[in-house]
Amino acid sequence: MMNRSPMTDSWYVSNFQLMEKHLNGEAGTHIHSIRKDAISRFAQLGFPTTRDEEWKFTNVAPIAKMNFKPVLDLSHDGVTKEDVERFSFGGLRCTRLVFVNGHFSQELSSLGSLPQWAKAGSLAAALKTDADAVSEHLTRYARYDDNAFTALNTAFLQDGAFVYIPDGKVIEGPIHLLFISTKLGTPFLSNPRNLVLAGENSQVMIVESFVSLDDNSYLTNAVTEIVAGDNAVVEHDKLQAESAKAFHIGTVHVYQRANSTYTSNSISLGGALVRNNITVVLDGEGIECTLNGLSLSTDEQHVDNHTVIDHAKPHCNSHELYKSILDGRSKAVFNGKIFVRKDAQKTNAKQTNKTLLLSDNATIDTKPQLEIFANDVKCTHGATVGRLDEEQLFYLRSRGLSLNHARDVLTFAFASDIINRVHVEPLRSQLEGMIHARLQQGRH
Amino acid sequence: MLEIRNLHAGVQGNEILKGISLKVNVGEVHAIMGPNGSGKSTLAQVLAGRETYEVTQGQVIYEGKNLLEMAPEDRAREGLFMAFQYPVEIPGVTNTYFLKAGLNAIRKHRGLEELDAIDFLSLVKEKMKLVGMDESLLSRHVNEGFSGGEKKRNEIFQMAVLDPKLAILDETDSGLDIDALRIVADGVNKHSRKDNAVIIVTHYQRLLNYIIPDFVHVLVDGRIVKSGGKELALELEEKGYDWLKDEAENVTVNAQESS
Repeated sequence: MMNRSPMTDSWYVSNFQLMEKHLNGEAGTHIHSIRKDAISRFAQLGFPTTRDEEWKFTNVAPIAKMNFKPVLDLSHDGVTKEDVERFSFGGLRCTRLVFVNGHFSQELSSLGSLPQWAKAGSLAAALKTDADAVSEHLTRYARYDDNAFTALNTAFLQDGAFVYIPDGKVIEGPIHLLFISTKLGTPFLSNPRNLVLAGENSQVMIVESFVSLDDNSYLTNAVTEIVAGDNAVVEHDKLQAESAKAFHIGTVHVYQRANSTYTSNSISLGGALVRNNITVVLDGEGIECTLNGLSLSTDEQHVDNHTVIDHAKPHCNSHELYKSILDGRSKAVFNGKIFVRKDAQKTNAKQTNKTLLLSDNATIDTKPQLEIFANDVKCTHGATVGRLDEEQLFYLRSRGLSLNHARDVLTFAFASDIINRVHVEPLRSQLEGMIHARLQQGRH
Repeated sequence: MLEIRNLHAGVQGNEILKGISLKVNVGEVHAIMGPNGSGKSTLAQVLAGRETYEVTQGQVIYEGKNLLEMAPEDRAREGLFMAFQYPVEIPGVTNTYFLKAGLNAIRKHRGLEELDAIDFLSLVKEKMKLVGMDESLLSRHVNEGFSGGEKKRNEIFQMAVLDPKLAILDETDSGLDIDALRIVADGVNKHSRKDNAVIIVTHYQRLLNYIIPDFVHVLVDGRIVKSGGKELALELEEKGYDWLKDEAENVTVNAQESS
């Protein structure tokens, strides 16, 4: 049994009732019946505790004890086009959907370069205009029956991104989903819900970035569902760079059909308490799935990466490389589950987790979990935890580099292994700059 | 330029260098020879600032300064260079970045302007020719996947670019075939001038066929037991080290008697 926190539950339940009053004419819709189901599920589950196996190393009590006010409407709250520019990776021109506290802003978004045949816009609108496509997929992959945060997101599901690429179409540049949080008077819940549908033989690059305008405390509880059709190629980069006081729960569910390729690069730099969940179901033959992750943490930050790769069908490959760099008193968690179902013969799965500890007070909990039910498979996993190499440091110093410079060079090299896998060049440069800045900062 | 006075050093209470004294003047080439385990590499590493070794006694004066009090990077900036016996691989850091960072740190220290990318590249290309190194190695990660010979050449290449006042080559000849040996020796000879000095640490005499030392010192059991001119190297080639080991024991006995 989970330890319930009824106070918090009733806070969200009463806010749900407030939202219902606010949703004119939606009370009878299909989506609203899902919302109602989700809030009652949330009320039953309550926030998880460390007694829950999935949350053993991540204590969400700081989230549970606060009352985050769901944001029900779009308010720009002072966000300007200049702010958007600042978070555009050095002025990357592309299709960009901008969300303020979880709500789509037409005004701040740029949709000019989007081809006629593609769709990218607000989920709230798509619930009306593309009701069939949306209802076929939405909430189908991100299940809320056993996950309180997904239940909470589903209960307050209002807006987010909807991206649809028809069969056989290729989107040239990336589609940037920019989530900006502002400073509201009270701690709030930003609750974006995203749906990305990539048709057969289509190609798309999605960049999600989560940023804060101020140094404020709030909860981002985002859920993204992605469907990659037969032969589709989807690259998905996620940058979490929220305020040092923010809480971030980011859940991604990917459903891959035969011969599709999905690549995720998840970079986590900000936040006080961060949990990134990614679950990929490989439901067809000939699928390639690659999950890369990098987190940099310092001070009291806590960053948890939970990944699940579910090999349901034969002849698929998955590659996973997660790296953490920990400084200060920060904590990181890596939990990598790989299921190989009975039918999934000739599966090739490789998982690697590498941690660099820059301080004596930082800790990592790393846990690979392989559950293999097929007998003709190749699955490997490995985890390393280490410090900067003394011999490498000495070698660099013996050529004139200062100790600090040598440390930075080696730390950056550790990170660049992941950064170099990001194909969107402006994002990659931005990440390099951010990591350099973090390393400089770390010394003060 | 360099004066080592009664240097004692070791690891975790285990003394390896047992009183080394040596003077190297500008314009000189010294060879330090000796059997395995005599402390040759320890001496090179202590001079370069390796913290694994603890200096328990003695002094090292380099250009009037107390070398042992200087951080490794300060020694490099003051013109000291050690070619590593086992160059370290650094994945994720390109040779170019590494060398440019080192060179510019040294230049800055000397009050020179930092080199920009273009000037750096032309300097580097010139020096690569000197050691017959392929330009493709520049963009590769430091020593990663290099053959033994490529690693050693990379050390000499770095020396050529950084242009140190005092270069210490720690068994740079080991593991090299005769062609590579010749190229490495050529690089050292071109580097060696009246205004700098070179210390060659080696087990074998063969490198000294190509680099003619002014002085040869024989290190046995942490002490210099014999010093002489280049002809001493030939004598060692002929007679081996055993006859000197007896002398080393005599030195020990004498030392004990006098203490």
